[in-house]
Amino acid sequence: MRAVSTAETATTTHPWAVQAEALKVRAGRHLAVDGLDLRLATGVHGLLGPNGAGKTTLMRALATVLKPAGGRLTVLGRPVDGRADLRPARRALGYLPQHFGYYPRFTVREFVTYMAWLKEMPKVAIPAATQRAIDRVGLSAKADARLRTLSGGMLRRAGVAQAIVNDPQLLLMDEPTVGLDPEQRLDLRELLRDLGTDACVLVSTHLVEDVVAACTEVVLVNEGRLVWQGAPAALAAHGDDGHAGDSPAERGYSALLRRHRAAAAR
Amino acid sequence: MTTHPTPSEIDRYADGDPGLDEVTVWSVEMHLENCADCRARLAGSTTAESRALVAEVAAAVDREIAADPGPTRRAFSGTRVRQRWFVGAPLPWLAMTAAVLGTAALLTRFLPEMPSLVLLLAPLAPLPGVAAAWSRRADPAWELIAGTPSTGLTMLLRRTAVVLVLVIPVLAVVAAVGASRTNPALVLLPCLAFTAATLLLGSLVGVHRAALGLMAAWAAAVVAPSLAAAELPTLLRPAATGGWALVTAVLAALTLLRAESFRRLTTY
Repeated sequence: MRAVSTAETATTTHPWAVQAEALKVRAGRHLAVDGLDLRLATGVHGLLGPNGAGKTTLMRALATVLKPAGGRLTVLGRPVDGRADLRPARRALGYLPQHFGYYPRFTVREFVTYMAWLKEMPKVAIPAATQRAIDRVGLSAKADARLRTLSGGMLRRAGVAQAIVNDPQLLLMDEPTVGLDPEQRLDLRELLRDLGTDACVLVSTHLVEDVVAACTEVVLVNEGRLVWQGAPAALAAHGDDGHAGDSPAERGYSALLRRHRAAAAR
Repeated sequence: MTTHPTPSEIDRYADGDPGLDEVTVWSVEMHLENCADCRARLAGSTTAESRALVAEVAAAVDREIAADPGPTRRAFSGTRVRQRWFVGAPLPWLAMTAAVLGTAALLTRFLPEMPSLVLLLAPLAPLPGVAAAWSRRADPAWELIAGTPSTGLTMLLRRTAVVLVLVIPVLAVVAAVGASRTNPALVLLPCLAFTAATLLLGSLVGVHRAALGLMAAWAAAVVAPSLAAAELPTLLRPAATGGWALVTAVLAALTLLRAESFRRLTTY
């Protein structure tokens, strides 16, 4: 592996961490993201949408795992569609997939170190960055435990640690709260808010309450398209007692989805 | 309304009083699970003998901890090699490859009227491993790794090198078993040529598909006709050695030219 210069790993700022124009992405033969326009800046963004809305496919495209089938996609100021060089953007990315695979025999420290190495972090910085990431997710006591011995919540936190080990400028987390107990969810929300002060964090979740509590902006998608984007408080303003949901934000979510479906049916 | 056990019942439970009936013991235990006050009362109800025993054990543990140098941290250098080269699980496909080649070697040795099965199968020997070196099924962290800057031809070549390091000694052994009729160059060069062809074709259709396609094509076009005719094809005769070397070099060069195609592993 070639050495990476300091300039290549230096933090750079971009007005938009993510810019998508008429983005199309296939999941197998199905066009799961179909003409999506989206701009994301620094902050914590909650990606909401029903099952099959295209959230996971969008996350994979933003993580440069899936190649866009159409439209334009820019991540951290660099195009990541077509035959673009993906490495500079990938060095500044953090990604936690929905189905987070791992090597059972690795310890938490080995796993996070391995991911830091794959992210081409400077060798001398890896041990300290690994320890810091493990500390931030509250796994210090389990740092040398093998992954196969951890509970579901601990594994999820190990996944978060590998995602943040390189201090990413764009952090993508697909269902990060799955398997966490209520206390761990609160800790994760606090961590997300902290990370979102100087990075763009996109969190995909089914839980509207997580979005309201931790995010500065809501991104609502359905059938592969952007339905609505705005502040959590504004989401609540769209609903009323006639819509399904236990909270104002959930009722706003239901109302917006219903309107989008009705408009699509016409 | 919650009914707490009486102090007497808790004292008798703590003492292990055999006079306490089973139902009472069970109800006290159920209650203790949910009542912190009664658990505290139970802690205070332990006998002097119990408290002395606990203190003695604690003192002994403290002495052991003080005398022991403590757990040694696992050496990082050892795991680093494993992390970078052996993240997959090579044992299943290596065992399968060794079993197939071993059978081929025995058949070649004991059935001299047949064409050398070692030569016929040598080109395919590394392909199951190469296919497994990068596939969603074989690598649990596939999606995590696919989004990192290290993903690309270098990573694939590193994993392919591991496969060759494991397979080539096996080939050497089986070639030695059938040494009387096996040219080592005709074992090694087709093996390398097919590995390079798998990577090159893999840049277009995915390494997994490329490996399966080449195995099927070689079996149908060369192995089956050779067995039917009971003779080796011209491709596997000593005169073809130079041709295999040239093909290997050309395929490897073409693979390197397509390095950028390996950045996105969804095409695999």
